[in-house]
Amino acid sequence: MTDPVNDPLSPIRLQIMWDRLIAVVEEQALTLIRTGFSTSTREAGDLSAGIFDTRGDMLAQAVTGTPGHVNSMARSVRHFLERFPVDEMADGDVFLTNDPWKGTGHLHDFTFLTPCFHNGALVALFASTCHVVDIGGRGMTSDGRTIYEEGLYIPLMRFAHAGKIDQAVIDIVTANVREPVQVVGDLHSLATCNDLACRRLREMMDEFAIADLDRLGSHILDRSRTAALDAIRKLPEGVYRHRMRIDGLEEPVDLVAEMTIGADGIDVDFTGSSGISSYGINVPLCYTEAYATFGVKCIVAPDVPNNAGSLATIRITAPKGSILNAEHPAPVAVRHVTGQMLPDVVFGCLHEALGEAVPAEGTSCLWNLYAYGGPGRVDADPALLANAQPFTVLSFHSGGTGARPGKDGLSATAFPSGVRNVPVEVTEAISPLIVWRKEYRQDSGGAGAYRGGLGQVMELSLLEDAPFAFSALFDRIEHPPRGRAGGIDGAGGTIGLKSGAALSGKGTQTIPSGERVVIEMPGGGGLGDASTRDPARVAADARAGLISTAAARDLYRIALTPEGEIDAAATEQLRNA
Amino acid sequence: MANAHLAADIGGTFTDIAVTHRGALFTCKVPTVPDAPEEGIFRGVRQAMADTGLTPADFSLIVHGTTLATNALIERKGAKTAMLVTDGFRDAVEMAYENRFEQYDIFMDKPPPLVPREFRYGVPERVDAKGNVLVPLDENAVAGLIESLRRHRIEAVAIGLMHSYAAPAHERRLADILAHDMPDVLVSLSSEVSPEIREYERWSTTAANAYVQPLMSRYLGRLSDKLAEMGFTCPLRLMTSGGGLASLDTARRFPIRLVESGPAGGAILAARVARECGLDRVLSFDMGGTTAKICLIDDGAPQQSRSFEVARQYRFLKGSGLPLRIPVIEMVEIGAGGGSIARVDTLSRIHVGPESAGAVPGPACYGQGGDAPTVTDANVTLGRIDPDNFAGGTMKLDAALSAGAIDAAVGKQLSLSTLAAAFGISEVVEENMANAARVHAVERGKEIRDRTLVAFGGGAALHAARLARKLNIDEVIVPVAAGVGSAVGFLQAPVAYEVVRSRYALLDATFDADGLNTLYAEMRAEAEQIVAEAAPDAVLIETRTADMRYHGQGHEIAVDLPAGPYDKSLRDTLSGLFETAYAATYSRRIPGLEVEVMNWTLRLSAIVDDPAPCPPMPDGSVPEPAGTRELFDPEAGILSTAPVYRRDALAPGSTITGPAIIAEDETTTVVLTGFTARLNAVGYIVLQWEGS
Repeated sequence: MTDPVNDPLSPIRLQIMWDRLIAVVEEQALTLIRTGFSTSTREAGDLSAGIFDTRGDMLAQAVTGTPGHVNSMARSVRHFLERFPVDEMADGDVFLTNDPWKGTGHLHDFTFLTPCFHNGALVALFASTCHVVDIGGRGMTSDGRTIYEEGLYIPLMRFAHAGKIDQAVIDIVTANVREPVQVVGDLHSLATCNDLACRRLREMMDEFAIADLDRLGSHILDRSRTAALDAIRKLPEGVYRHRMRIDGLEEPVDLVAEMTIGADGIDVDFTGSSGISSYGINVPLCYTEAYATFGVKCIVAPDVPNNAGSLATIRITAPKGSILNAEHPAPVAVRHVTGQMLPDVVFGCLHEALGEAVPAEGTSCLWNLYAYGGPGRVDADPALLANAQPFTVLSFHSGGTGARPGKDGLSATAFPSGVRNVPVEVTEAISPLIVWRKEYRQDSGGAGAYRGGLGQVMELSLLEDAPFAFSALFDRIEHPPRGRAGGIDGAGGTIGLKSGAALSGKGTQTIPSGERVVIEMPGGGGLGDASTRDPARVAADARAGLISTAAARDLYRIALTPEGEIDAAATEQLRNA
Repeated sequence: MANAHLAADIGGTFTDIAVTHRGALFTCKVPTVPDAPEEGIFRGVRQAMADTGLTPADFSLIVHGTTLATNALIERKGAKTAMLVTDGFRDAVEMAYENRFEQYDIFMDKPPPLVPREFRYGVPERVDAKGNVLVPLDENAVAGLIESLRRHRIEAVAIGLMHSYAAPAHERRLADILAHDMPDVLVSLSSEVSPEIREYERWSTTAANAYVQPLMSRYLGRLSDKLAEMGFTCPLRLMTSGGGLASLDTARRFPIRLVESGPAGGAILAARVARECGLDRVLSFDMGGTTAKICLIDDGAPQQSRSFEVARQYRFLKGSGLPLRIPVIEMVEIGAGGGSIARVDTLSRIHVGPESAGAVPGPACYGQGGDAPTVTDANVTLGRIDPDNFAGGTMKLDAALSAGAIDAAVGKQLSLSTLAAAFGISEVVEENMANAARVHAVERGKEIRDRTLVAFGGGAALHAARLARKLNIDEVIVPVAAGVGSAVGFLQAPVAYEVVRSRYALLDATFDADGLNTLYAEMRAEAEQIVAEAAPDAVLIETRTADMRYHGQGHEIAVDLPAGPYDKSLRDTLSGLFETAYAATYSRRIPGLEVEVMNWTLRLSAIVDDPAPCPPMPDGSVPEPAGTRELFDPEAGILSTAPVYRRDALAPGSTITGPAIIAEDETTTVVLTGFTARLNAVGYIVLQWEGS
């Protein structure tokens, strides 16, 4: 064996180069975040960036705010290579698509692929994805009945040919979207971040004096695959099943999974899940794969980086025509509402395999505030809107997450999505909306030895005397997050007017002048028997107002004095009853 | 005539003292006294006076920086604090951004707020974004709250009301009521501590101010009393995170502005070196025992910002700390220091930090029972640190313990020799720092290459040459007294104060230049009062910035404004300035999109004399080495014999070809193969890459 210090490609230098590749894709992603225009790219990290070898195997992917691009962007690279073989690629070529089935699940996501040449040879491919602010059609709603209604569809094609941008693509996009300046700007950002990453890669290859990524690539993929398999082989082999019912749109949706844990990886199959919906909550397989894989990785191998080696150990399938493998031309614009539920389903299988090693169910889908107003924008008498200020507000909000093994759930926190909210003061500064209340929702966290995270209550209205549009995309109203291992369910969500009328959990609705909307977001499920919860924590929750005294008594069997201290004698009676 | 200046920087392990008197610089280090930090200062001051022969009457200024406030926040040892917030928003400081900062760790927890929910009270009132009162302040409801505050023996109160940055009247009225009913309680108003839009950040900052205020107020009181007792009559000024000096009164009102003052001092030192040496583009690199700090310095001034996160509790990860909106010198801090611990993960990859062996037990070679290999242990193994002459010979290191720890935790796992494993540790920590620097530059829209690296702090000069190679940097400067760089920087800081106001303005027909003039007049008056208190006769320089963005974007960029007063034409000027700044940061502009302003700032600073330009490099001379040592060459991958020089024995002009080692008491400069080191006219070591 050669002295590893003297070997120019010693393990240490390989690690440093691997670290550098990860740094390169992080830089690529950051460039996109800083320049991206849509709120979800910027605040929710709804973007992705990665480097691929010349066969299309992903070597490194930036860790960003969305699990929705885990592996889905990697799949898209293979689709590009099938359509445009590498030996036909030239330096300066850039490819793009927003194909929901060959990209990342809906038309709002553009994926860009840039071949990277060094000293005349193709050495790597860079891909990036981001969510654009508009794509024409009906917008980000569940309302479409087919993909044709959902907006502009750009098949796999060239954005630039040997360094020259195809003006026809730009013109078509410009003519079809509501915010052409921002959308075209984002397309340029995608191309630019790939370019920057390619420059960085060339610098690195010069610094380390390597002509290709072959040896580095196989090192990364072998190590990652081995580490992922090592983690999987610690799990009990077997077949585990779980099913979960959610609200869906026109009828409840069943998500059914069968997980097979074997020596060569984990297979998850969603046979038995509901068929497609007539509306845009359907999920293309690439997106099902992304969220299901994310759920498995969180529990099994969170520390192993995402690349073709580690991700090959987790395989996801779903029958064609099911809501989790919706085919063209099914509508898919808001596929995240369904897709975000998949980690909970996967956790259910892993709970069967591992016992109390996974969280209880959580809110999982976002409870965003999406409202707009002004003349011509609201389904209401035009006379009422004549003097209304035009505005659009989108802010990401969340209910509670499920209780975790050994820990309570997180209150009003996004999972599995990684979004950030918009401050209320900013929303109010740029629109006539006013938020009257935004605080934890008492008793919404499912009781258990570990309590589910609390949901929150938001109450809002318009400061001016006009109706406005409120677009709901909420789930877990009829089917709250369930507890596990004896834990109690979290509270289901509600949405309605303060004056009493209920609103629908999905779809765009008009809020009449002077009315307040009240949104109560779900709480996470509890984990374990509530009557075994540490009494001191029950008392602390009650003092903080997170649970009521009644809940302490009835669910946790803890009696409290008027001062909030534990009444030992009465508690003993309750707990022994 | 009294003209000596003294600076004291209290760090976690050491208190650094620097004294300037008639152009001479004296420095010393004394151990920090954690329970009574002022005692460390007095000890250091006495030592400085004994060594220099100065008396209290000789001093005209004392500058102090301390990590006390930061530590109170990290260790959660502040006052019992309550918050009064607009009814309906008591959970804003706990919900934070409603996100997770670590995507894959289902067990991650968000930083708990400084004020627990049971002490966060809703107050009936509501003001809209324009400052209109929608719900009047219910003073009757406040009476009930006061009862509860008393019962819980609350020591400090933070008041945060919606849109108080625009309309502070309700906050002020609440403060009056509290002052009347609870005169002993210290009260912080969000409209004073951090008058900026975004309720979570503003209230988090205000809560932190309240939380440390009783502690800091008591400490500063004891310090100034004792200094007076010792016979010092000169003013005491406090170093702030923004790089300016504050008076004692200002520090007591806004103690939160004192966090991160040590690193700010370091950046000021680096900026001064940049001006002295005529360097437009500098990267400052400060490496101590637990962290490394990297800061971009363009045109002799460090990058400024108003966004900082204190007490990151999860692997130094962004989002795992508490946000503070205060003026700060913008830098990136990573968990990479001499005490950072190395380990091997499940993918057979070496990781270094952020876990640190700290001062106790310290690196394995300290022989204090630490068995985890640290960066210092790697440096000992690689020949960079002389185990017999560490810290000026005051501390013997055991190289065998280093080797044993490295073998056990890294070498055996990876089947590497001790030397190769030590090389792996140093490479990983240097790569981490290089990557952090690159990302930091990208975030600011800046380039790294072609900068000069200015290295200081105990560990920086050991790693600077290698870091420079990784960043394509050709020149490294190690200034004098690099081991106590922050304290030296304190002596060069101006008295300064920054005021910010959030006034939303769209750059359209509604733009109100007159209103802006009125706003800036108020801001100037506020800053002038505070600066004049600390520097009554100084010539003042005012700079203004606006935080601007395209309509609806999430990030603002700070744009320098022309001097006022303004008229209608400012609107177009602002648009132009914004587009230029935006293009410089993001390499593009977006024509046709409206531009908006979120915040306006004014910084008022006493003018500090520029340093005399550094004279040209003296003629070269070749010094005699004091000895030799086996030093690892990272390019060749072998140990080779390198000459060792004592820095204090080198004359200006001394020219040394790498590989070589230049040792001093507080640090060691490693001159790698391919670099030439020269001592310049003012005694700085200048490393130049000559190519391999």
